[in-house]
Amino acid sequence: MSDYESLRHFADSWGLLGMTLLFLGLVGWAVRPGARARHEEAATMIFRADNNEEHPR
Amino acid sequence: MPATLAKSASLFLVLVVALMGMAQAADTGFAVHMAIVALAALTAALWVMKGATLTGSADPDESRYDDDPVRWGVIATTFWGVVGLLAGLYIALQLAWPALNLGLEYTSFGRLRPLHTSAVIFAFGGNALICTSFFVVQRTCRARLAFPSMARFVFWGYQLFIVLAATGYVMGITEGREYAEPEWYVDLWLTIVWVAYLLVFGGTIIKRREPHIYVANWFYLGFIITVAMLHIVNNLSLPVSWAGSKSYSAFAGVQDALTQWWYGHNAVGFFLTAGFLAMMYYFVPKQAERPVYSYRLSIIHFWSLIFLYIWAGPHHLHYTALPDWAQSLGMVFSVMLWMPSWGGMINGLMTLNGAWEKIRTDPIIRMMVLALAFYGMSTFEGPMMSIKSVNSLSHYTDWTIGHVHSGALGWNGMITFACMYYLAPRLWNRQRLYSLRLINWHFWLATAGIVFYTASMWVAGLTQGLMWREYGADGYLVNSFAETIAAIHPMFILRAFGGLLYLSGALIFAWNIAMTIAGRLRVEAPMTEPPYNPAADRPLPAPARPVGALQPAE
Repeated sequence: MSDYESLRHFADSWGLLGMTLLFLGLVGWAVRPGARARHEEAATMIFRADNNEEHPR
Repeated sequence: MPATLAKSASLFLVLVVALMGMAQAADTGFAVHMAIVALAALTAALWVMKGATLTGSADPDESRYDDDPVRWGVIATTFWGVVGLLAGLYIALQLAWPALNLGLEYTSFGRLRPLHTSAVIFAFGGNALICTSFFVVQRTCRARLAFPSMARFVFWGYQLFIVLAATGYVMGITEGREYAEPEWYVDLWLTIVWVAYLLVFGGTIIKRREPHIYVANWFYLGFIITVAMLHIVNNLSLPVSWAGSKSYSAFAGVQDALTQWWYGHNAVGFFLTAGFLAMMYYFVPKQAERPVYSYRLSIIHFWSLIFLYIWAGPHHLHYTALPDWAQSLGMVFSVMLWMPSWGGMINGLMTLNGAWEKIRTDPIIRMMVLALAFYGMSTFEGPMMSIKSVNSLSHYTDWTIGHVHSGALGWNGMITFACMYYLAPRLWNRQRLYSLRLINWHFWLATAGIVFYTASMWVAGLTQGLMWREYGADGYLVNSFAETIAAIHPMFILRAFGGLLYLSGALIFAWNIAMTIAGRLRVEAPMTEPPYNPAADRPLPAPARPVGALQPAE
């Protein structure tokens, strides 16, 4: 089998499986229930008083 | 002092090398470029020596944000935006009236077209990305920018890249790779600048005082790292001479084409999408004064874009020598991309949930909402056009040009303008922008301009696609190419008119930003006022009873 063929077979079998599992793992990590409080904190973090933003607002 | 000495010495070394390159140059274009590099190195060296102190420089004040590069970036974005749009209008007029090529090689469409695309994408968009990323990363990390002199090098180095690229196109120096036209030495220079950019951005994240890395920084980091990878692989080439501008790609044939479009589409995906989404995820919540609708959705949006976008490039090569499975792969991943794109659009729009009246009262929010609407429209149109049967009609026609401009003018342009309007008063410490009402003028001119542009290109594209594929009863093509051009000539004029409107809006934008920097405030009625009618603002007396009127039960 040529390099092209063997790389292609790896890409559409184990490569694809690995990528899919990695993606699902990352998304699962984001939607796990324990992340809710951390996300709330992260989303509102940008509104804490900026220490030297002089614009009156 | 030793640092100043080392810096100016190495700049003089660059100057000498550039002068040698100029003397040995194999072609005129290379000599001109080396002269530009020598001039830049000399200016930088003199600047470094002028700022030299014998007492040693004071440490930067870590309790203040380092906003100088951001201020320069706002000015550069404004300037290059006008230049890029002007070039675009001019080449649109050339298409309608070819006499405007002026019979000169330097002003021909083929040379000005990459000047336009690079000026709007890399000069306007790139400066906006660099300056907003420096602004956002400091605020969200609560830390001063890392490596301050390297940050300044990134800004000025990037401007040098733009100047070398633009002058090269006019002189005919090009690799002929779409959106990556600069030749090998300019590519190497951009690589150095980009690594420095990554170090400044990454260094600031590392010294952050916040535990969490805000999602906008994820998008910026994804943009910086992926663009580095794309740029290096796509530009692998061998120069003909070390003192000449010509090089040949490391790839050939269909591999070269696929590398080009793997780069090209991911430039759209990571430069024009991920980077601008980073702007969206910080500036839309800040301007709306509400947290992003769903932080969790923003992270899913991020990972989906990262995992899907990178495979979509082959849809640019439907019905070519590219293997069929690779074309289908590109199509399938492009269609899948529709979901995370709309997830992100909904996330941005729903951030306004409960504050929808701001669309009426806040022109900056209105601009952001329009940008998100166009993000949604072009990320629906794109997947649709990547479907092979649709692509067989749309490919090589002006429909593609219309699609690109609905994304570029609508999404990238409008979100950039909105962010610059947000930044200008804050960076120059002004009470407000010079004029909020002028934003309205900008908004409507730009919106009308986009409508003229995309609508005319849809009509032109469908006309071309249908005319190209029309067969007569005897099996011959019915239309010659010149006939299709004649058929869409009115559309070219309408497109140029749309561009004129969009450019007029951008000139108003530039005026507004310039006046804000100058510290002027336009005397104008505020954008919102609760309605007040003095005539109605009085007590209601009891109705006077007419004298002699009949009383009840009388």
